[in-house]
Amino acid sequence: MKPPRIGAIDCDIHPALPALSSLLPYLSDHWREMALQSGLHELETVNYPPGAPLTARQDWRPAQGKAASALAQVTAQALDPWDTSLAICNCLYGVQALFSEDLAAGIARALNSWIAREWLDLEPRLRASIVIPMQSPELAVDEIEFWASDKRFVQVLMLVTGDAPLGRRQYWPIYAAAARHGLPVGIHAGSSFRYPMTPVGWTSYYAEDYVNQSQAFQTQLTSLICEGAFSKYPELRVVLLESGFTWLPAHVWHLSKFWRGLRMEVPWVDRPPFEIVRDQVRLTLQPVDAPPRREVLERVLEHMGSDKLLLYSTDYPHWQFDGEDALPDGLSDALVRKILIDNPREAYPRVMETVQ
Amino acid sequence: MNIHATPKFNAALESKAKLRVADCDLHPVPNTLKDLYPFLEKRWRDHFESFGARRRQGIYQGPVYPKGQPEAARRDAWPPGGRPGSRLDLMQRQHLDANNVELGILTVINPHPGNYQNPDQSSAMCRAVNDWQVAEWTQKDKRLKASILTAYEHGEAAVAEIERLADNPDFVQVFLLSRTAQPLGNRCYWPIYEAASRAHLPVGVHAFGNSGFPITSSGWPSYYIEEMAGHAQSCQSQVTSLVLEGVFERFPELRVVFIESGFGWLPSLSWRLDAHWKKLKAENPTLKRLPSEYIREHIWVTTQPMEEPERPRHLLDLFEWIGWDRVLYSSDYPHWDFDDPARCLPAGVTQEQRDKLFLTNALSLYGKE
Repeated sequence: MKPPRIGAIDCDIHPALPALSSLLPYLSDHWREMALQSGLHELETVNYPPGAPLTARQDWRPAQGKAASALAQVTAQALDPWDTSLAICNCLYGVQALFSEDLAAGIARALNSWIAREWLDLEPRLRASIVIPMQSPELAVDEIEFWASDKRFVQVLMLVTGDAPLGRRQYWPIYAAAARHGLPVGIHAGSSFRYPMTPVGWTSYYAEDYVNQSQAFQTQLTSLICEGAFSKYPELRVVLLESGFTWLPAHVWHLSKFWRGLRMEVPWVDRPPFEIVRDQVRLTLQPVDAPPRREVLERVLEHMGSDKLLLYSTDYPHWQFDGEDALPDGLSDALVRKILIDNPREAYPRVMETVQ
Repeated sequence: MNIHATPKFNAALESKAKLRVADCDLHPVPNTLKDLYPFLEKRWRDHFESFGARRRQGIYQGPVYPKGQPEAARRDAWPPGGRPGSRLDLMQRQHLDANNVELGILTVINPHPGNYQNPDQSSAMCRAVNDWQVAEWTQKDKRLKASILTAYEHGEAAVAEIERLADNPDFVQVFLLSRTAQPLGNRCYWPIYEAASRAHLPVGVHAFGNSGFPITSSGWPSYYIEEMAGHAQSCQSQVTSLVLEGVFERFPELRVVFIESGFGWLPSLSWRLDAHWKKLKAENPTLKRLPSEYIREHIWVTTQPMEEPERPRHLLDLFEWIGWDRVLYSSDYPHWDFDDPARCLPAGVTQEQRDKLFLTNALSLYGKE
């Protein structure tokens, strides 16, 4: 019997675009014509191969069509059973993998419009992230500005691997825009495959690439800290989505050791990395990547040194856990309350603004 | 970091019943590459004079990311007129004698010609460095043991060099750099594992090298600190590859040591691998066991640069999760981020744990007990 989770805010669910054709009504005339003229194919990415076990839990796969592609399905599977009060839609579609920044911007605009019209308008428990064309910071800022006044958009969405490390200055206009509008920057698992998922070349198996997402998050955290993005924008908040979190303490300790010896190289990092993380970084719960024993998880949570870092997520419809409860064993009632409600509210300033 | 071996500190060590130390990461360097010429055919001496050595990077000599210190060295480790790590007598006085090192594993990374693009030059230079290690180091100080540098991107040549030296008791492991051109589980490296298994030698994988790929999956970072921290992610990718591509299933005798890449990441990586392998195992049915079981059995880690938690006792959790029998003390002498054996562990370590970490794990791994 699962305990009541009334009021829970699920910070990572994935409504799926049924097909590229679903975007046609939302594309500009130019891009609609180009999509039809060129026979533009579906933009699913290899980050989540449609048939792979992780992409959708077996009992969440419908008889026909994609998992999580219909609103009724999502409310019945991801909202009602868990007494979820609010859920943030992070739409994963191949926008970031395209090489044309104009096409990416065209698809991103249509995707955000589709989420607004066909999901947010119809289900008051849903919120969404603004998908941006990461290929062009200029067009990405345009997209943020376009949606910023719609308070149901609560976050800017980026992928954990793209054209360049996320701390580099080319991305700073995105962070300035996000911070200006009170939007955290959500960084989600997934690659646009400009480079292999490992620093040592291309892998043989999908499982390797998926496991390597956590290493990508580690390098991006290093980058955002060391290249000075957090120092430049103290109001910037970053949420790591589907990142795993048990790696966090050891990674920050490792980085801190180098920071002590090499801080003259990055003088803008003027306080210990873990302080920056606790002030400006949050992580979603699933996948827990849990150790097998409850007492080990308790110690990992102690290593994190804060009960504010974790945000509840189911990662629906991805298969990260079995059964009914997305929360692992080993969490105190007080921590559960923080993960489910208090931390998401603090991380997402807009999330309660449009509650009726 | 720049810790000086002061007389006061040495006196304190004397009084504490002498900690016995095996150091699994010591970096001798040739003073110039001409020191290698007695061990190198004329053809390759001429080649080096004309063309140097080509690596997958844009700067001809030295690193692309400027280091934090000249030669990345402790400031007190410069011998008169030479490079840090170039003089045995200074290494003895400053570290081996002072810190009671009984076994020192030489890990030559500068140069590691396995990282060179020209396959024949790579092999010839690896041979030269190996012979130089014997002549200048292991034959002069019996505490020192060498690692077999291999042209690791060229399987046949690497195997030939392993076979040439396998019976020489001065060599105790096969040695490569961590930034390989393919993930280490790739089958192009399997002949090296086969040869190492046949010779009963562990394979040491030391941070650094030039894979040609950026150290992040999103491209190149700007700073040395990011590259240094990134070796931990790079080696996580290597462990993932070795496990998921089935290397340990194919080579059940193989032992792999990750050197100078941190170790705190290993427990979390094991948990993550187990969690996702359970869902994705149909993809590679050759794996028979949980990833964490292969890791526990086949992977060792050296301690330097040791993670520094905010609460030092948390470090002990990491050792417990990895297994006290799988961690090997290393100093990284003569480099700037040297970990001092007398001070690097927090309070609360039992004598048995201390013995394993500082001495007996290395003795049994490298066959010296």
